[in-house]
Amino acid sequence: MTATAGTGPGAAKDQVGRLLRLVPYLHGREQVPLDEAARVIGVPPSQLDQDLRVLFLCGLPGGLPDDLIDVDLDALEGEGVIRVSNADYLARPLRLTPTEATAIIVALQAMRAGAAGATREVVDRALSKLQAAAAQGAPVVDPGHEAPATLALRAKLEDAARRRRQVRMTYYVPARDEESERVVDPHAMVAHHGVDYLDAWCHSAQAPRLFRLDRVHEATVLDSAVTTEPRAPRDLSDGILAGEEATRVTLRLQPEARWVEEYYAVEEVRPQPGGGSEVDLLVGDERWLERLLLRLTPSARVVAPKNYADGAAKAVRQALALYDEPPG
Amino acid sequence: MTVRKSERLLNLLIMLLVQRHYVSKERIRAILYDDSPSTEAFEKTFERDKEELRSLGVPIEVGQMDAYFDDEPGYRIRADEFALPEINLEPDEASVVALATKVWDNAKLAEATTDAVSKLTAAGLDLDLGALDIAQPRLSADEPSFEVFWEATLTRRPVTFDYRRPGYDAPLTRHLQPWGVVRFSGRWYVVGLDTDRGEERVFRLSRVVGKAKVSGRPGAFEIPPGTDVRESARRLAPLAPSEEAVVLVRPGAGAPLRRAAGSVEPDVDGPDEETPWDRLCLPGGAQAEELLVLGPDVYVEQPPGLRDEVVARLRAAVGAQP
Repeated sequence: MTATAGTGPGAAKDQVGRLLRLVPYLHGREQVPLDEAARVIGVPPSQLDQDLRVLFLCGLPGGLPDDLIDVDLDALEGEGVIRVSNADYLARPLRLTPTEATAIIVALQAMRAGAAGATREVVDRALSKLQAAAAQGAPVVDPGHEAPATLALRAKLEDAARRRRQVRMTYYVPARDEESERVVDPHAMVAHHGVDYLDAWCHSAQAPRLFRLDRVHEATVLDSAVTTEPRAPRDLSDGILAGEEATRVTLRLQPEARWVEEYYAVEEVRPQPGGGSEVDLLVGDERWLERLLLRLTPSARVVAPKNYADGAAKAVRQALALYDEPPG
Repeated sequence: MTVRKSERLLNLLIMLLVQRHYVSKERIRAILYDDSPSTEAFEKTFERDKEELRSLGVPIEVGQMDAYFDDEPGYRIRADEFALPEINLEPDEASVVALATKVWDNAKLAEATTDAVSKLTAAGLDLDLGALDIAQPRLSADEPSFEVFWEATLTRRPVTFDYRRPGYDAPLTRHLQPWGVVRFSGRWYVVGLDTDRGEERVFRLSRVVGKAKVSGRPGAFEIPPGTDVRESARRLAPLAPSEEAVVLVRPGAGAPLRRAAGSVEPDVDGPDEETPWDRLCLPGGAQAEELLVLGPDVYVEQPPGLRDEVVARLRAAVGAQP
């Protein structure tokens, strides 16, 4: 919903769009307080007041007083209530645009997967009514569905966080290529770049940690209550490593490795001649960087700090030696 | 200025909506654009106004005014095309519809969903949020080209973009008639006709380089009847390699590979004797990246193509060391 007022490009269009939502809302109501209507439409009352003064000037072609939409300005200025009449031809809301129809249908399809029993049936009913109204052909956007196991795990962890119960789980740490069991205080679920994380206090590490859901296995909700307080939800917009001790590392990426720019929260990207790039990223764990470099072999190298490349370079030489290839 | 323009846009909409017949350009000009200094200025403003109304979703039809004078176009808005059909959501249905506004983790689509809900609930609906048993999903779409492909798919317009294939190729320019956008494991893909190759193809949106460009007119192509974009994506996507792979892994290493393994043969001879080795048979195959990441803790036996790729990439890295 666009709340921007004023005179910028699109301001008139936005204003007309609001009026096309406002008139159907007012239709069938004798009068509505300005504040209430402004909340429903999602703009400040002052903006809605301006909108109504435009509506006042509109109506059937002909220009006779009876042709105009009747907006009771006395009531608006005096009592702060809206009374509109003589606008029956705008009584129905505007048809959904293809983007609106698809956006809401896809959202409901995604909700369907997370709904159980009777609620799924409600989602299905709403979906079929919307699909009939949108009158589209075959769906062209498909949100997919998460594996039931993932949804069940997430529901279990959400429930544990809500009830403030500890969780014992097996977790895989790719930076160490190791799977371990630990007890955590679950605090909240967060999503970042399409990946779900559990924000929790880890009793093994004695520190707050983000756990990727797809690396959690065999989670059990315990009877014991959590012993740490939930903190404010983490804001991941600054990257998943925000707040942790991190070193700025500069990497040179070949074109085929540039997906790193989208996949990780990089600080800066400097495109290079030939299609590659140089990126700065904050690295909290040197072993994590080593794994990333190995995965990208040979399309990424460390520019600075130099010694951050040593681990990966050694692993590459050792791996190559397994195949009886003389290194270098 | 804005007030003047808003007034004109809404009056134009009403004028075309309430007329049973097409309205001539001359009449529109006389009533709403009488302050235009020239025919040229009028044409320009009128064109822009029509486009703005259309972008709000107002269906303006163009037709012939008169069977005898076919150079005179007329305009109208059909009330049944303009208005949202009666949907009559029950209170529980309206509640799930209202919850849908929280699903999109993408500014543009969250806004589109909110606008849709505000139209659907314009008549004022009772919401009953009490009894819903639902795990709220989040749909993120942070691929920079997502919105371009979304729009192009809905309007059926061809897209041109640079695409980076995993591996060693430089980005290649591709031309696609997009049929659908599909999500797998949190990532979006586009399925369509690759017009350079004349074949159905699938592309991962996060591998699109730079700006994707839309060209051609809306409705420029037809989606072949019976197309199931999800099925096409599943068939075409390089989601998982399929050739069975056999690898040796040091004990304790490679937990994700072990989960995917059809069988594990412990304590076999390997390329060195620093540790024993476990032989893993991976029926779904493996990708070079997930093996390279394990460094010297994995050794590829089969298939030869995968082994060659891993060795070549390791050798290239050693060669590139300063």
